[in-house]
Amino acid sequence: MSATPADQDRAGTRTRAAVGVVGELLLTAGVVLCLFVVYALFGTGVATSQAQDALDRELEALDRLEVGGDTTAEGAAEAQAGAAYARMRIPRLGEGWEWVVVQGVEVADLQRGPGHYLASADPGEIGNFAVAGHRATYGEPFAHLDRVRVGDAILVDYQGAEYRYLVTESFLTTPGNGDVVAPVPGDPTARPTEALITLTTCHPRFSGRERLIIHGVLEGQVD
Amino acid sequence: MYAWIWRHLPGPTPLRLVVALLLVAAVAALLLTVVFPWAVPLLPGQDVSVE
Repeated sequence: MSATPADQDRAGTRTRAAVGVVGELLLTAGVVLCLFVVYALFGTGVATSQAQDALDRELEALDRLEVGGDTTAEGAAEAQAGAAYARMRIPRLGEGWEWVVVQGVEVADLQRGPGHYLASADPGEIGNFAVAGHRATYGEPFAHLDRVRVGDAILVDYQGAEYRYLVTESFLTTPGNGDVVAPVPGDPTARPTEALITLTTCHPRFSGRERLIIHGVLEGQVD
Repeated sequence: MYAWIWRHLPGPTPLRLVVALLLVAAVAALLLTVVFPWAVPLLPGQDVSVE
């Protein structure tokens, strides 16, 4: 039994239609992927920038409380995860490089700005003040952290005081090396005697293979 | 597929065009507000903390 020309025609039409649908789906997927790349690289930064504006207002409200000598200000600043925490400036990364650090290093916290490891010390305190931040996407606060050199300043405003740290070390490590944010980096059981700062981000940029770590030590404080 | 959708849109050509654009806008809004925000944290390079 052989197919008639009419049968072959119908089969050919169906094949062409199926190929057409697959082609349209592939084209659509291509367009959606391009949109996604643009969203990931730039769109995520829009939400982060809005969050930073809100966090900035939050900090200003806290500052006003402190200026007014309100004793509850201390308690109010004991911020919850996701809340505004401190301001950070790194002159090496540009005059305009200023970020509000949020409490916490969970996914949602870091989408709003650099995040303070909850268990780590506060700025100026003996121990290790540790902050994580995105290297790409979500405003990429730590995009160019690799440009920071030993001796560079990291300035932190916290509860009415400005703390000035100087970078002592910059290196790469594995994602599992949590000891870098210990009170004494590299020695989780030791008692801290110095006020340190640690910044962590991913390395290489756009990859989660390693972590870029910056250590610094407190040089001075301006009240 | 798109030809099939176009044939099933109601009304004359100008109205179909408006409906088609609305459909595109609706899909784009869904992608930008739901799908993409969900998908970005799954990209590599999103883990910036140490454990």
